[in-house]
Amino acid sequence: MTQFTRADSCVIACAEIYRGDGEILANPTVGSIPFIGARLARATFEPDLLLTDGESMLVAGMMPVGVAAAKKVIEGWLPYRMSFDQVVWPGRRHVVMGASQVSRYGDTNIAAIGPWERPTAQLLGARGAPGNTVNHATSYWIPNHSVRVFVAEVDFVSGLGPARASRLGGSLPGHNDIRQVITNLCVIDFESPGCAARLRSLHPGVTVEEVIQKTGFPLFIPNDLGQTRAPTEDELRLIRDVIDPTGTRLREVPE
Amino acid sequence: MADKRVTEDEIVAEMRDGMTIGIGGWGSRRKPMSVVRAILRSPVKDLTVVAWGGPDVGLLCAAGKVKKVVYAFVSLDTIPLEPHFRAARQSGTIEAMELDEGMFYWGLYAAGLRLPFLPNRAGLGSDVMRVNPGIKTIRSPYEDGEELVAVPALNLDLAVVHMNRADRRGNGQFLGPDPYFDDLFLMAAKRRFLSCERIVETEDFLKEGSFHTLKINRMMVDGVVEAPNGAHFTACAPDYGRDEAFQSRYAKAAASPEKWAEFKSAYLEGDEADYQKAVRAS
Repeated sequence: MTQFTRADSCVIACAEIYRGDGEILANPTVGSIPFIGARLARATFEPDLLLTDGESMLVAGMMPVGVAAAKKVIEGWLPYRMSFDQVVWPGRRHVVMGASQVSRYGDTNIAAIGPWERPTAQLLGARGAPGNTVNHATSYWIPNHSVRVFVAEVDFVSGLGPARASRLGGSLPGHNDIRQVITNLCVIDFESPGCAARLRSLHPGVTVEEVIQKTGFPLFIPNDLGQTRAPTEDELRLIRDVIDPTGTRLREVPE
Repeated sequence: MADKRVTEDEIVAEMRDGMTIGIGGWGSRRKPMSVVRAILRSPVKDLTVVAWGGPDVGLLCAAGKVKKVVYAFVSLDTIPLEPHFRAARQSGTIEAMELDEGMFYWGLYAAGLRLPFLPNRAGLGSDVMRVNPGIKTIRSPYEDGEELVAVPALNLDLAVVHMNRADRRGNGQFLGPDPYFDDLFLMAAKRRFLSCERIVETEDFLKEGSFHTLKINRMMVDGVVEAPNGAHFTACAPDYGRDEAFQSRYAKAAASPEKWAEFKSAYLEGDEADYQKAVRAS
């Protein structure tokens, strides 16, 4: 078995979230590794996924990350407004967002730290998170797994978790679709009693103890906890030689 | 045949203290910055600014022109957090109305359609509803009975957007990859203004872009100003990209009142021609 890095495991985890998604927009919005993962998924097991150029174009074929002059094959036009009309509200999207805070029950915050009325740290604002989390599949990428990010309660609910959606009822449980939280250490989902955070897999080389220590709430840990799967030889070749030839993933998640 | 050419100062002369002003563009992209700079030179104050927030919001906050910002985000794109807006929020000097992006879109659209609200799922269950207690929900009158957010219309007193090209009658043309929501800003406003990189003859529009780029027509516009490099330092593709070095200088000026005073005296104390000259020299 060829050696692979922690960053490669993160890429695999960020690809696996799309398994079974079919012909929808795979839409990473932060970092580098989520983009590599989405392109890897399309190059291998989910060939019908749609991808953007990070702005207004839908692009076909393979586009490497971190290569400014990469050739684009435009297959469609998706300016911001059309993304609401055609993708977000019709539910044809799986977004990967960042989050400054993630709670035990999957609520997330990108808006502000401290009291919203006068924050100690103003962040981006709610952006599209409220709408995303009641319309289509949502996953998160957290490159710095720590107790600062994984907190018991978020300061501002910009993204709804599945427990909140279930409690509020109405149409929300049917439209809220929080899939996975990929971190530099592990994969978390909410497939547990009460929709509490569950450790889904550990990246190779990470211990349960390290994850527990860096998570600010109790995690549900299944008896059959496994590892994030290893990349295949073909996937490693695609990651290293084709999708991320300049190694942006290694700057995002160093060894 | 109406010639709607005006100056930036004439646009700003229509603004009154306390007005609600919509600013087009998106983040640090195709912002009508020459008009924003004209606001900085004017005595107008206590504005409510409605925008896909970028340096327009930051500059107006830093200059003390803002009473309230209506936004879903404020960002400089390549610098994710807008430091001047952050400073205003963290010091509590401005009011805020924070919306989901889809609610923001729907609010502008409702205003343009002369509707009091449009229903949407976005916002339900999030803290956007907690911090906007004035925003109500409504139940579908049909069998589904679904509860939805009644996104209120974002009615604007005045709106200004920046186009790549326009004619003197007020038809506007975007040549970049994204029209953003500029037509909705104009439709939502009582008084509606375009700035543009270049005023061209109407018959020359299709020399540079297909008819699909003619998203703003003159029914939606009361005045147009030619403002070459007017979106500086935001991106105005394909005419020019973002001036990242200048944006970085602008962002760093938020570090202290002294740094801001330096930036202001270098760039913002003269008129638009002085600004453009200082930019060329920098």
